[in-house]
Parts: sequence; structure tokens; C-alpha cells
Amino acid sequence: MCLAIPAKITELLESDRATANVGGVNHDISLSLVENVAVGDYVIVHVGFALSKIDPEEAAKTLALFDEYHAAGARAIADKAAEGDA
Amino acid sequence: MKYIDEFRDSGLAQKLAAAIKNEAQGARPAAQPFRFMEFCGGHTHAIFRFGLPDLLPPEIKMIHGPGCPVCVLPMAKIDAAIQLAQRYPLTLCTYGDMMRVPGGQRLSLLKAKAAGADVRMVLSPHDAVMLAKDNPSREVVFFAIGFETTTPPTAVIVKQAQALGLKNFSVFCNHVLTPPALKWLLEASAEGADGVPPSDGFVGPSHVSAIIGTRPYEIAATAYGKPVVITGFEPLDVLQAILMLVRQVKAGRAVVENEYARAVTAEGNVKAQALMAEVFDLRDTFEWRGLGWIPHSALKLKDAYGAFDAEKRFALEPSTAKENPACQCPAILRGAKSPEECKLFGTVCTPENPIGACMVSSEGGCAACYSYGRRKDE
Ligand code: SF4
Repeated sequence: MCLAIPAKITELLESDRATANVGGVNHDISLSLVENVAVGDYVIVHVGFALSKIDPEEAAKTLALFDEYHAAGARAIADKAAEGDA
Repeated sequence: MKYIDEFRDSGLAQKLAAAIKNEAQGARPAAQPFRFMEFCGGHTHAIFRFGLPDLLPPEIKMIHGPGCPVCVLPMAKIDAAIQLAQRYPLTLCTYGDMMRVPGGQRLSLLKAKAAGADVRMVLSPHDAVMLAKDNPSREVVFFAIGFETTTPPTAVIVKQAQALGLKNFSVFCNHVLTPPALKWLLEASAEGADGVPPSDGFVGPSHVSAIIGTRPYEIAATAYGKPVVITGFEPLDVLQAILMLVRQVKAGRAVVENEYARAVTAEGNVKAQALMAEVFDLRDTFEWRGLGWIPHSALKLKDAYGAFDAEKRFALEPSTAKENPACQCPAILRGAKSPEECKLFGTVCTPENPIGACMVSSEGGCAACYSYGRRKDE
């Protein structure tokens, strides 16, 4: 029950509530725990409450890091294999 | 889906696993793998769901921790909720998983419901407070459980009930705190107590950290010399965290690192923290399944919100129920045993017929292991 998921805010409603889209399905959620959320933002939703905003820049940095590691990892593996061959 | 699919790329997962192997290979004698504990049940679920045990090299051993909110609640609390629902003319609302956890005499809230008690599943505590608002002549109790992820929502609805002037709404508060449990584990693992295995580092919770931030984990690094990497619930996040942990251990470093910066900051969700501080007080002590009584590890409603405290509104007799002695949930929650080491796993105990709490919630070690992986008959 702890599995919170990213959802996109599609509409801001009255009394700190919003419509959020999770995989094509709309949910009525509470924004009482977050600040400055706009339509189009992604939030982590759990038990019907947005817990935090997703920072798109940080997400992009993490994905870029994966790419780098995997390039470096692949190189290291190739180097090892080359050593073995030699 | 954005922020999900990119973190599930299987090709990248293979490469990350290869990078982990590369990093870990030869760093330790074969019989001494790197042992990392994932504290959070969401990670246990992810590890099994995405088959990470098969992807990870033998140099890495994951230990499943006590981070399943349904699992850590002791049987006495489930019995108390059942007692509330059966003894008083009220509607008891709770999260779905809670309804199936066995209490004493193998009763559960679901069975109590079948026998006539008014027990309802809610997806959000907001639904419970709305039910009370729409039915002013009916007492509604919300059976609140969980770590710092579900606690701020409970704080919001208590304040909402107060603002609405509700007289028929209360909360049976069983919220628990992550840092005291982590400290308990660090101590037990340092002393080799209660079968808790030594670990080389921790995979830190995703969404608990979105609320509390990364700072509360620093004690693990500074006082116990254990690295912590906070990470997300997707398979690439988990693999990346393991790689970061191996690198720290190899370099003799122990710091808190944050792989999940897209949702977690150092200070966490300050608004949610303030709400928690406004509505809740620390309990002197609280019992955790598997970990026992831990001081200052759980919350109760502040006196100012006493009118919404189910423990003050309804008299409850303490439960004397004992866990099934064959069920290994307590040891599994301490990381002392794995699900397959339980004699009942996958035979007598299955998700359809759970004997212990760990087989109920999808974040429970036994349910995760059963649903996505290993069964005794395979
Ligand atoms: S398999 Fe069932 S009985 Fe055994 S530890 Fe897990 S939940 Fe308990």
C-alpha cells in the first residue's frame, strides 16, 4: 500500500483538490500537502494525496547519469574482454 | 507512462547489472557478498517484481527489511480494530490490505465484515471523513496505519474534520516512524542481536524520504559507518542505488546519497512535516511486529485533537492473542530470515490464504517473493 505513483495534474479544482491522470485514468486527489502545483506538473500520489512534485530537471539528470554509467560500464566490460583475449 | 517507463528500460537494467558485477567482482572473498538491506517494502516489491535477484551477481545479497506498513503492525492492534468494529455500532474504514491481515483466532477485518460488522475499504482517508460528513448520525472511525507517507494525509483529514465540526468522526492512530526503526536495525545489526544480519549499507525509502528528506538518515553514516542511498521504486533506480552503495563500500566511504532527487530533497516536504507536528505527539513506546517495543517510534493525536481520538472515545480491552508460532514474519521483518525459510511459505500460507501479515500486502516480503518469484513447488 506504500506504492505511490507519478501522476500528471490535468485540472485544478476547489478546496486544494485536483484531477490527476495516472496511466490514462483520472483521479480526484488532494493538493493539501504540496505547494505551487500547476496543470501539467507531475506529482507523486499516495492514498489520494500528492506527496511531492517531480522535478523534471532532476529526472533528466538521473537518466543522463544512467546513460553515462552504462557507456562507462560497457567500455569497462569491453576492456576486460580485450585483456582476456590478449 | 512518463517517469515510469524510462526507469524500466530492460536493456539499461542489464547494463547496470553488468556495471554492478564489474564493480563488485573480486572486491571481496566469494563467501562474503556485499549485503544491503532495503528498508522499504516498496523496494522489496520492486526487487521481486522486476526479477532483480536473477539480474544481480552473486556478489550482491539483498536483505529485506521492516518497511511494509501493514506487516509491522502487531496482531494486538489488528485485534483492537476488530474489537472496535464488532463491539460498537460504528463504521470502521481502513486501507484494503489491512482488511486481510489475520488477527488472533485467525479472524480478520474482512471476516468480521462477513459476520456483519460495518467495515469499509477506503483508497484515501479523505473518503472516510467524507463518509462521516454525509452520515452525521453514524460514528465513523478511520483505522490509520503506515509510515511518514500516510501520516500527513491523516493529519489533513483530522484538521478537516475539525474544520467541518464533525462530532461523529475519529481516528484509531497507529502511525509509525522510520528513523527509530532504522536506528533499531543499525544497533541490532552492529551487535548481531535478534538474528539481524550485519549489513554493508541501506537502500533508503523513496516516498517516506519525500516527506522527511534525506537528513534523518545521516546518523546511519556518521554514528554507524553505514552508507545509505535513497532511491526510487523503479528497477533502474534500485540497480543504480546498489551500484552507488558498492562504490561507497569499496572506497571506504559512508555517506547519505540521493538517487531520487526528482522527488526527494534534503529537507523533505516541510509543509507535511509542519502538519504532522501540529496534529501528532510522539508515543512513549510502541510495539512493532518483529522489532518489539521501540521508544518514541509512533504517533498519537495531540490532546488538542482528543475529540477525534478513537482510543479516547472507545474503551478497548488489550488483546492477548499470540502469533502462529510457525509463522516467521517477525524474523523476516528483522531481516533475520528470508520467506523461503518459513515452513508454511507457499504451501499452507499463500496470498489467497495468508497466515501472517507478510503474505498480505504486496510489499510484504512473503507476498512479493511468492507473487513474482520463488515457490517451493517450482
Ligand atoms: S510464509 Fe506466511 S506464515 Fe510464513 S512467514 Fe510468511 S506470512 Fe508468515
